[in-house]
Amino acid sequence: MTERRKRFAIETLPGFTAIAIAAFVMLYLPIVTLVAYSFNGGSSVAVWGGFSLHWYEVASQNAAVQGAAARSFIIAASAAAIATTAATMAALGTTRRGKFTGQTFIYLMINQPLMVPEIVTAVALLIFFASIKVATGYSGLGYLILAHSAFCIPFAYLPIRARLEGMDGAMEIAAADLYANPWQVFRRVTLPLLMPGVAAGAMLAFVISLDDVVITEFVKSAGQDTLPTYMLGQLRRAVTPEVNAISTALLGMTVILLTAFFLLSKKRD
Amino acid sequence: MGIGTEEGRKKHQARSGWLLSLPALVLLLVGASGPLVIVAVYSFLKPGEYSGVQWIFSLEAWFKVLLEKDIFDGTISLADAHLAIFWRSAKLSLLTTAVTLVLGLPTAWFIATRPARSRALWLFLITIPFWTNLLIRTFAIMEVIRNEGILNTALLALGLIETPIQILYSGTAVLIGMTYVYLPLMVLPLFAAIDRFDFRLIEAGYDLYASRWQVLRRVILPIIRPGIVAGSILVFVPSLGAYVTPRVLGGGKNMMIGNFIELQFGQGRNWPLGASLSMVLLLIVVVALLIYVRTAPQEDRHD
Amino acid sequence: MKKILLATVAILATASFANAGDTLNLYNWGNYTNPDLLAKFAAETGITVTVTDYDSNSSALAKVEAGGSGFDLVVPSANYVPVFVAKGLLQPLDHARLANIGNIAPEWVDVPWDNGRAHTVPWQWGTTGVAVNTSVYSGDPNTSDIFLNPPAELVGKVNVVPEMADVMAMAIMHEGGVPCTEDLTVLKRVRDLLVAAKPKWRSMDYGMTEKMSNNDVPASVNWNGSTMRIRANNPAVVYGYPREGYPVWMDSIGILSDAKNVDEAYKFLDFIMVPENAAMISSFARYANGISGSDAFMPEAMKTAPEIVVPAEFLSAGQFLPTCSASAAALQTAIWTELMK
Repeated sequence: MTERRKRFAIETLPGFTAIAIAAFVMLYLPIVTLVAYSFNGGSSVAVWGGFSLHWYEVASQNAAVQGAAARSFIIAASAAAIATTAATMAALGTTRRGKFTGQTFIYLMINQPLMVPEIVTAVALLIFFASIKVATGYSGLGYLILAHSAFCIPFAYLPIRARLEGMDGAMEIAAADLYANPWQVFRRVTLPLLMPGVAAGAMLAFVISLDDVVITEFVKSAGQDTLPTYMLGQLRRAVTPEVNAISTALLGMTVILLTAFFLLSKKRD
Repeated sequence: MGIGTEEGRKKHQARSGWLLSLPALVLLLVGASGPLVIVAVYSFLKPGEYSGVQWIFSLEAWFKVLLEKDIFDGTISLADAHLAIFWRSAKLSLLTTAVTLVLGLPTAWFIATRPARSRALWLFLITIPFWTNLLIRTFAIMEVIRNEGILNTALLALGLIETPIQILYSGTAVLIGMTYVYLPLMVLPLFAAIDRFDFRLIEAGYDLYASRWQVLRRVILPIIRPGIVAGSILVFVPSLGAYVTPRVLGGGKNMMIGNFIELQFGQGRNWPLGASLSMVLLLIVVVALLIYVRTAPQEDRHD
Repeated sequence: MKKILLATVAILATASFANAGDTLNLYNWGNYTNPDLLAKFAAETGITVTVTDYDSNSSALAKVEAGGSGFDLVVPSANYVPVFVAKGLLQPLDHARLANIGNIAPEWVDVPWDNGRAHTVPWQWGTTGVAVNTSVYSGDPNTSDIFLNPPAELVGKVNVVPEMADVMAMAIMHEGGVPCTEDLTVLKRVRDLLVAAKPKWRSMDYGMTEKMSNNDVPASVNWNGSTMRIRANNPAVVYGYPREGYPVWMDSIGILSDAKNVDEAYKFLDFIMVPENAAMISSFARYANGISGSDAFMPEAMKTAPEIVVPAEFLSAGQFLPTCSASAAALQTAIWTELMK
């Protein structure tokens, strides 16, 4: 009897389960409401007017939303590709080799976007890019892609590095023993083994880029709204279920990518 | 090449390490770190008439961070308004950290004590909001606390209140929003710490006649302290620089330092002040991180 | 999804052929541009207009002055037009390229802020007053005390739109001064008044057209056209003309000096000076425009609306906001910054 009482006490500290359940409800209730009301037939966000896909139709026919969605995807795909390539190289350069001078500096640089408040980076990029825009006359999507690539690097780097650290060097040594040149070793052995990490890194980078608000808001030029900055603009005035519909679509995208990410990282075991 | 000698191998590794990291470093230098230097430079210039800067050295912006001159009688006093904004930001961030800790510790504990199979699912459930757009989550909270939102509608329908409770556009709204937005950042490191926790230690504690409270305070807390510190830093740092949540939920009056910095680049028309305030914010964050770095290894030594 | 893909292709196409050709970037106040007007323009000329919103004259100025914004057209208020011009941000208009320039109503041609319309043409004009939800406060709305000394029912509930020039002018007129006063005793009273009033405000935010329509905000400093739109959704809301004095303003549209699509911009300016098209601008945002002959195309409701037709007793209280001298502007900014903290 005493034994059972103790076990119970170990597993659940008083009130912990209740608070935990409350926290989960608190986390999901607003999201569920948001998703539910995106299917609201009525035009109010508070009154239920029956199930309908009306607001998805409205959103998908809105030229501003179409443009913003397309831009979001272009930026996220480019930034994820650039950041993942750079991060893979950096991970190869900083993992599985002896400590070398400047390694700490490289770590610090790579993790810098995680440490500096986003608003400070945003302000810095606003000033910096504005002067480049004036000097070169170019005001295309390049600035946003560059900024996004930079802050996506740490997110791409972490899973790649984790994968690399868990990898056994024996295969590569064996390949080298069989007269494969370093490029062949990389292309035929290291990269395939590293692929789940690279894919996971790319997905995180894509999601992070897709969701960015602050830096995009400060860096964007004329007509360069992404879905999140378009929503931010809308939120300040009209709160129509159209915003719910866009949110739900973005949310779905994130959940799909995350699920894929988890399945990929599971493959590691 | 010199490979073969220990010295040469090291040199080669350092060189190729740097070369491989170069693209990432260049991207980060141009797209993130480098521009911070410009902000530092701007903080020592004079503001332009409407916006921008004049290239004249001035300490005015730094002076203005702490002190202010009365526009009518010219008396100089402490810039209590700036301090008030810093204080509001610090207070809201600390409160957010505290509330997320109170909610997050039981949640992390709950997840860590689930059987292995369902644990992954619970963890996934915590991770989804973590990766979900911050703006969407802020918006979701707004829908809940609006005057005609679900909370007020439900309370009105239940007859508990007669007029809607005004939560939106208040400090409370910003606190609720930030707690909601940053909770996963607290739960994840706490979970990592608890997950590694050896539950036999609790049994040992009970065997030595410790009360529940004593076990929590003397056994559990010291061991999961690194998780608490990491979670607190992870919540505190972004809260301090929060921009979206106070902007959407604070109604332009309950500004936090991030919004006040933005204001200087728009309506406030004082880029140098915005730059110096950014530097102050950065400094606070660096200090918080240093405290974390200095406490972390000590924790390791305890193990 | 298919549409998004098509849009992606379209953006990639325009991105690779750098000279954008048939597009135009309009930088305008939020919720101010009639989408039907742009559709009509696209149908007539094949030019697609992209609108980006701003919510205050000063943020528009800051973004444009920072450089490289990529905008072609901007719509500053009268008191900001001279600032844009002085900074060389607006290019002089070649009237020979504007066939409809003669449609500007005579009283809006030789205006003090842009004599002879050298840089801008009218977009819309209106007044700044207060919007009050009578179900929350049923007293007299025709006073700036609504936000400067809020009645008990509105304490902690009133919103103030953070447009410096309007709010400062209303506060100055409330204290018996003239809009661009440099009288320090008046300004000191103004500052004390505003600082004392601020704790009684709920928010300092934009977007009242929606927020007052859906009862999130019961009273606010607001513009007349926006209030007319609110009344259409929420009949309890009335517009008050502060008898202590209220600002009259006009927003005018001009071509930016670094505009890339100048030809398209001229076409757009000419297009909006056609009376029928000017009426389309008004029928959306519910403000008057400055184009002769547009009355014939105006929505019936606007011809009698109390928000648009100023009642005779309040006519004299309205004052057109001039551009303040640099020193007066500096004093106002200092007070405003103190208030925004």
